[in-house]
Amino acid sequence: MNAAPAVDMKQVGAVLARFEKGERSHLVHLLQDLQSEIHYLPGEAIRAAAEYLDVPLNSAFSVATFYKAFSLVPRGETIVKVCLGTSCHIRGAPVVVEDLRIGLGVGPGETTPDMKYTVEVVNCVGACALAPVVIANTRYIADVKPGTIVKIIEEG
Amino acid sequence: MGIANRKELEARRKALHKANENVKTHVRVCSGTGCAALGAFEVYDALVKESKKAGLPVQVELEPCGKEKDPLFVSLTGCQGFCQIGPLVHILPDDILYTGVKVSAVKDIVEKTLAGGQVVEKLLYKNPEDKKRLKGRADIPFYKGQELVALEGCGSVAADSLDSYVASGGFSSLAKALKMDPDQVISEVEKSGLRGRGGGGFPTGRKWRSCVSAEGDERFVICNGDEGDPGAFMDCCIMEGDPYRVIEGMIICAHAVGSSTGFIYVRHEYPRAVERLSLAVKTCEENGLLGKKILGSDLDFDISVARGGGAFVCGESTALMRSIEGSVGEPRAKYVRSVQRGFRDKPTVLNNVETFACVPSIINEGSDWFTSRGTEKSPGTKAFCLVGKVVNTGLIEVPMGTSLRDVVFGMGGGIIDGRPFKAVQTGGPSGGCLGEDHLDLPVDFDALAKAGSMMGSGGMIVMDDRTCMVDVAKYFLKFLMEESCGKCVPCREGVYQLHAMLDKLSRGEGEPQDLEKIQRLGKEIQVSSLCGLGKSAPNPVLSTLKNFREEYEAHVNDKRCPAGVCRDITTFTIDPDKCTGCLVCKKACPPDAISGEKKQVHIIDQDKCTQCGACRLVCKFDAVVTN
Ligand SMILES: Cc1cc2nc3c(=O)[nH]c(=O)nc-3n(C[C@H](O)[C@H](O)[C@H](O)COP(=O)(O)O)c2cc1C
Ligand code: FES
Repeated sequence: MNAAPAVDMKQVGAVLARFEKGERSHLVHLLQDLQSEIHYLPGEAIRAAAEYLDVPLNSAFSVATFYKAFSLVPRGETIVKVCLGTSCHIRGAPVVVEDLRIGLGVGPGETTPDMKYTVEVVNCVGACALAPVVIANTRYIADVKPGTIVKIIEEG
Repeated sequence: MGIANRKELEARRKALHKANENVKTHVRVCSGTGCAALGAFEVYDALVKESKKAGLPVQVELEPCGKEKDPLFVSLTGCQGFCQIGPLVHILPDDILYTGVKVSAVKDIVEKTLAGGQVVEKLLYKNPEDKKRLKGRADIPFYKGQELVALEGCGSVAADSLDSYVASGGFSSLAKALKMDPDQVISEVEKSGLRGRGGGGFPTGRKWRSCVSAEGDERFVICNGDEGDPGAFMDCCIMEGDPYRVIEGMIICAHAVGSSTGFIYVRHEYPRAVERLSLAVKTCEENGLLGKKILGSDLDFDISVARGGGAFVCGESTALMRSIEGSVGEPRAKYVRSVQRGFRDKPTVLNNVETFACVPSIINEGSDWFTSRGTEKSPGTKAFCLVGKVVNTGLIEVPMGTSLRDVVFGMGGGIIDGRPFKAVQTGGPSGGCLGEDHLDLPVDFDALAKAGSMMGSGGMIVMDDRTCMVDVAKYFLKFLMEESCGKCVPCREGVYQLHAMLDKLSRGEGEPQDLEKIQRLGKEIQVSSLCGLGKSAPNPVLSTLKNFREEYEAHVNDKRCPAGVCRDITTFTIDPDKCTGCLVCKKACPPDAISGEKKQVHIIDQDKCTQCGACRLVCKFDAVVTN
């Protein structure tokens, strides 16, 4: 397990302040904004959000664990998303996952010990015609050939 | 600068239309997800810069009172369809389609074509059949037989420009609808026979009418842009490429059912769609097309864009509404339909992106125009995303009733590397696989359902002899097992068990009675699940079991995967007669299991091999064989 860095509660507070206090329907939206600022959802942040919106803590955690967009553990600098949508699946995406597992030493949902890379799998990113597709942070890598992905990602 | 009423809209359209007519050359750079991934934005920037450098009268926006004579208009459009050979640059009026355009080719385009009036041959599409270069969309088989309604503006209007949409006639349909009685609008949609493009095919007009007759002091209009089918991107293209059309469709609906609040729910994997829709909503607000007294009428209507959280089940109507309310997206039993009690328990119309995108044309051109294409029970056209092991991949729109053969072998150009066709998957995780004997099936809602598949949202995934039907069924079950919200037992436990049974087959441990068990359990899940996710979850396995039973039997009886996909029962070897010793497979092998020198036959070390199939994927000589 990687040690979680301390949470900057000021940063959390700044995000909360963008929303109306006590307005429960903003929960998903607020957590999404927290996630994009901090890149994951620390327990303290979820607690603060629940209190702020006056949502029971268990509902807040249930939302945070229900949606795939949320991560409750810290993630690496570069999020490597391998598309495993149908088109990518049949055009060789499983090989890409294999390449990353061997090249970076981590499988889906895992982060390298140096916190550089997190590998994730997603279902379709809307570029099916270019399958298989990998997204490294915001960069789309199309038509990934076997044996090439690790080098492409490491070279940035 | 607002548009206060119909007159002002018409005046603005006329001025923009004139500006559009003055444009001498129009360069459309595709910025759909595919082309953008391949570098379209850089190409666009370079085109603008180089053209300016060459002294050409460049415009990047339509200018009604532009100073330039014979301007060159360079715009970014949504998806132009043929994603596979992007980035695409389409030049009008000469209909020149440049493909695979890199920044390095921009100089040539500017000097030779835009300034010199010549065609750059090497950037044209090369027909794989006879290696001839084809100049424009009119000549390329991929575009032949297509008819664009929902995708009409996608790939032609500038995606982030209200002016461009208005110039092409945008919002004239809204102006017309606002002059009509709400009841008349609904009647027109009813007469058009438009059926929901989100999967179910429910008649849209009827849905709108039941919303009006439901009791409630407030009504909502929601656009479903969750597009959960993994392997489909039609809605993504429409939202990114022609966001104003969706908004116009929603406002017309709001007028028809008497709503003042709308939402567009977009999945979070589509960041550009969120961005473009949000921008479009804001622009409409600034121009008086959303907000109070739209176009001088009594209609007030606002739209908010909500992001999804990455859960397939949130595409289901009741779960989606829960999600917008800020809760966990769990569906509820539909004893009372959501059109009567939906968002915040009020009457709610929920329609798919493509459904809304069809509405403006129906109102403008009339229901007869719409019903003149398509089949009797499924009028109009349908967008499909044609992907998988097919030569031409991309986004298409065809009249309903077009045969699968025309799509796969006509527009699609057949199977990659000339391999044998095996199946087309339609309907995503709720659909099924149709084989060779269904190729002449006319594609519409009812024909697909009768054949054991489903229209779904429009994914069409082509499979060849190297796709294993057991693996495909297992793939969808795994997807659904992970996406099941867990509320009802048949779906939560049943799909899990179905997946376990298929996993057993793929490991070569299946027993003859397993196939009957799979069938029985599948049918039970279909009838007893709470929502559409569970009800349709067994479809992929049941349809493949029906249409490709021999493949299942090979897994059970011979412990063999004919397609060479299921790892536990497949071994890869190299055919010494075919191997040329090119080193390609050796370099591609993730666990380094292949040995061999250049120009010598390669050998796979079976102890190291993980059966991932990378070698077979890259071998150009068909030298990697499976048992
Ligand atoms: C599990 C599940 C997922 C769904 N996903 C979507 C989706 O991603 N997009 C969509 O438009 N409809 C989806 N639907 C269908 C919607 O529930 C609803 O029928 C549709 O949005 C209505 O719009 P339409 O009548 O215009 O098709 C889904 C249904 C189920 C059961
Ligand atoms: S299946 Fe991978 S992008 Fe759609």
